[in-house]
Parts: sequence; structure tokens; C-alpha cells
Amino acid sequence: MAKILMKGNEAIAEAAIRAGCDCFFGYPITPQNEVPEYMAKHMPKTGGVFVQAESEVAAINMVYGAAGAGFRVMTSTSSPGMALKQEGISYLVGAELPSVIVNISRGGPGLGSIQPSQSDYFQVTRGGGNGDYRIVVFAPSSIQEAVDLTIKSFDIADYYRNPVILLGDGMIGQMMEPVEFNLSGKTNLPKKDWATTGTNGERKPNIINSLALASEDLERHNYKLQKKYDEMEEKEVMHETYKMDDAEIVLVAYGTTSRITKNAIDSLRENGIKAGLIRPITLWPFPNKAFEEIPKTAKSILVVEMSMGQMIDDVKIANEGRLPIHFYGRAGGMIPSPEEIANKAKEIVGGAK
Amino acid sequence: MATEKVIMAGFGGQGIMSMGQLLTYAGMVEEKQVSWLPSYGPEMRGGTANCSVIVSDNLVGSPIITNDATASVVLNLPSLLKFEQQVIEGGNLIVNSSLIEIKAKREDINVYYVPANQIAKEIGNDKVTNMVMLGAYAEITKIVSQDSIVEAMKKVFGPSKQHLVELNKDALKRGAKAVR
Repeated sequence: MAKILMKGNEAIAEAAIRAGCDCFFGYPITPQNEVPEYMAKHMPKTGGVFVQAESEVAAINMVYGAAGAGFRVMTSTSSPGMALKQEGISYLVGAELPSVIVNISRGGPGLGSIQPSQSDYFQVTRGGGNGDYRIVVFAPSSIQEAVDLTIKSFDIADYYRNPVILLGDGMIGQMMEPVEFNLSGKTNLPKKDWATTGTNGERKPNIINSLALASEDLERHNYKLQKKYDEMEEKEVMHETYKMDDAEIVLVAYGTTSRITKNAIDSLRENGIKAGLIRPITLWPFPNKAFEEIPKTAKSILVVEMSMGQMIDDVKIANEGRLPIHFYGRAGGMIPSPEEIANKAKEIVGGAK
Repeated sequence: MATEKVIMAGFGGQGIMSMGQLLTYAGMVEEKQVSWLPSYGPEMRGGTANCSVIVSDNLVGSPIITNDATASVVLNLPSLLKFEQQVIEGGNLIVNSSLIEIKAKREDINVYYVPANQIAKEIGNDKVTNMVMLGAYAEITKIVSQDSIVEAMKKVFGPSKQHLVELNKDALKRGAKAVR
């Protein structure tokens, strides 16, 4: 199929439609507004449902309802809106409802700014909802990857009966790149025989619920959920490495920042500094193995984020104290330049010698 | 040809974003690697608008252009003041001299002055000022052919606006002629 030029937000929306998204519920917020705009225009054409809810809280609960009825469902928002959805996300996990949640994040805390930021890392990987829960989080770094991962998100959500989060930022949402739509064609998904679709008087009613007052029941439920999380950790981890074979300094970055970091790595190598990149594509499960496979040539790690330092916690866990870890971050919507990143790397390498 | 990184800038309504998109699309038509990144923010009506376009033979890394533009195309004075300094040594600066009366300061870059509004008026429509500038840009850098831009127009304009292709094509040609 020929490639077409699309804005990130629109490409995510189109990918969702192609993946068979039946229902979209959302509430406007910059910089993701093209997602609901596109959905409003195109969902009715495929017989889908688009509702602009009265708030993010309403939207996530509509997701709960539609997912419970067995439909493929998506919502999208940006950081402060994502904060409002946290309760609903915890309930979706508790009730085991597949759904896709898109966060095209912006600067915070609070209302923050509308510029790109990666300060929602804790929010998506640790969650603001209550209870023992885990969600696969994808962090695309190009529009093509955003498309591929959106399609994949629906399959993973259905397979595990769990929400999936797609985390972009204002830059991924607003930029245009050529894309093509390839359906993964995952066909071995379980039937949704748990959905509340009406009994026709022929079977016992299905119940969608996250309440289990008896401790024994809830613990059993927690163990069941944990088994799914274990399987996700085993099967769903994704990462990319770039020029890692002989790296003396390992940069770690995801999403938008990873692209800038690649430019920095190229310029470092032109200056004789052997730099490499580990780019987590899933933020949870985190690619711990990639850190075990860091070559012996490596002397230090530099984490680069558009935040004051959040993913660095996971890097510390994955690193298990093997190498010294440094950090470079910009916040509030400021985007680091390749030069800034390269200078920080030079400072570290120079200091180590 | 390695990588062309161009900043296009002007005020809202001058067709800056669509000019950038057409260039991006034309690059895609030629099977090059491309990216288009708009500036967005709490801008006011009539404020400045700009976008960054990268057209390359290699994979595009960061879509952001930071003081390493190979060219700037500026359609109004605030854009000249802001983006003249972003061009690398030996790069190109294309100035809409219909609206910008002052001259560029830099001497280490190639500066072209194109009376784009005036040319657009001569061919009958002020709205194609952006295409005059794009025509000039493509002629100077040879990054994409005029034919590819026209091809891109046919795709981007949609069925109801195909009659505008000829006018825009004309504007491209006149822009190219102005810098020859």
C-alpha cells in the first residue's frame, strides 16, 4: 500500500478505526484534539460510535460500559485529562475490561502547558489509580510506530482483558510523517463470552464488576491478575538498540527524546566518542534484559528525558548497580537539543578518564 | 544530496503550514525520507506561524531544527528577525521582499529576495504568495522537482479544488524564475 502523509494524532485515530475500534469517547484537550476531531468525522462512516463526553471522568466510564458490552473501545486525552481518568483505569483493570487509552502528554504539574513533555512517566507506569495493577504502556517515537502500536494495542488489550496505554507527546501528536497501515492479523484472540450482551434467557447473566468484599475472593482475583502481569512481562517487552555494540556510554531515552538522542549519538561518534542507545518501546514492562546485555565496553549510562527524571528510576532497577547513572532532562515543554545531550555525554566521558 | 532542513515562517493566513506540507509531500513523492513539524502554542490571531520540514535521503532523526537549518523561507519581518540566525553557514535564506523592506544581516549565507506578494498579484491571486516562495526555494535547493510539487498538489487539494492546480503551478514557475 502506498504511504500517506499524516499528522500523528490523525494517524492514531485512523489506525484505531482500521483495528476495528467500535466506540470512541473523549473530551477535548490540547495537544490531542485531532484524535477526537478525526474520530467524530470518520467513526460514523464505519458504523462506529463517537461521543464527546462532558468530562474525562465521564469518558473513561463510557469506556468501561462499552468495553463491558464487548466492543473495541478507545479514549484519548492529554496529561491533566489522564489524571482525571485514573479511577476509571483502576476499575477497568479490576473488572478486566480491554480498552485502549491514548495520552498525548503535555507539561505539568497541574494545568501546566500545552507543549511536549514526558513528565507522565510515573502516571502511566505506576498509575494514579488504586490497587495492584499493571498496564502495558507503549511509547512510539515515530508516526509509523504510533500506527503499528495503536493497532497492536487493541489486540493486546483483548488478549489479556486489560487496558493498554499509548503514550505520545505533543510532538508525536502534531508532527507529520509518511505512514502505511498494516493490520497485524492476530486471529487467535479469545471470544468475549464474558461480555454483557444480553442473555436471551439462554444463559446466566454475565457480571462486570471490580468489587469483591470477601478477602479470600479478592486475593484470588489479585493472583489471577498477577498471572496476567507476569505473562505480559514475559511476552510483551519491546525495545530498540542503536549503535550499542562497542558503546562506551549508553544513552537511554524513549519517544520523542530518543530521536533527538540518536542525532546526539551520531555527532558524538563523529567526535570519536562511542555512544549507543537503549530505547524502551514498552515503558511497562520495562526492558530490563537490554541492560543485562550492555557490552563490557560501557563505562556509564546517561538517561535523557523531557522531565526532571522519572524513567531514571526504572533504569536504576534494571542496571542493578552495575554502572554509574547520569541524567539530563528538560521540562515544562522545553525540548533538549542534540548539542545539549552530546555536551552532557562529553562531560561524563571526559570526567571518567 | 544529504539532508535539507528548512524552516518556513510567516504570519497566520499566509499558507505557511500548507507550503511546508506540500514540500513534505513532494519529498514523499520522490521516495525521500520526510518529516513536518509545526510550531504550535498559545498563538494569537495574526501572530507568527512556522513549520520545520526535513527532506533527506537518510532516515530522519529529530524532526526539530535547532540552529542547523540549511534554509529559512521567511514571509514577514518578525520571521526574518527570528530565523535568519538559525541558518547554517553557506545555507540559503529566501526573503519575501514584498513585505520585508530591510535586508538580511548575514554575509556567510546566500540571500535571495523574492517580491512574492507582487508576483502573486501579477498572476491574479494574492493567496498563492506561498507557492511563489516555494517555487523559489525548490529552484535554489533542487531538493524536489517542480513536477513533484505539482503531483503533491493534486493529492493534497482534493477533487473539489483541482482547478486551482494550474494557478498554483504558475506561481511555482514564477517563483523559480525570480531566483534564476
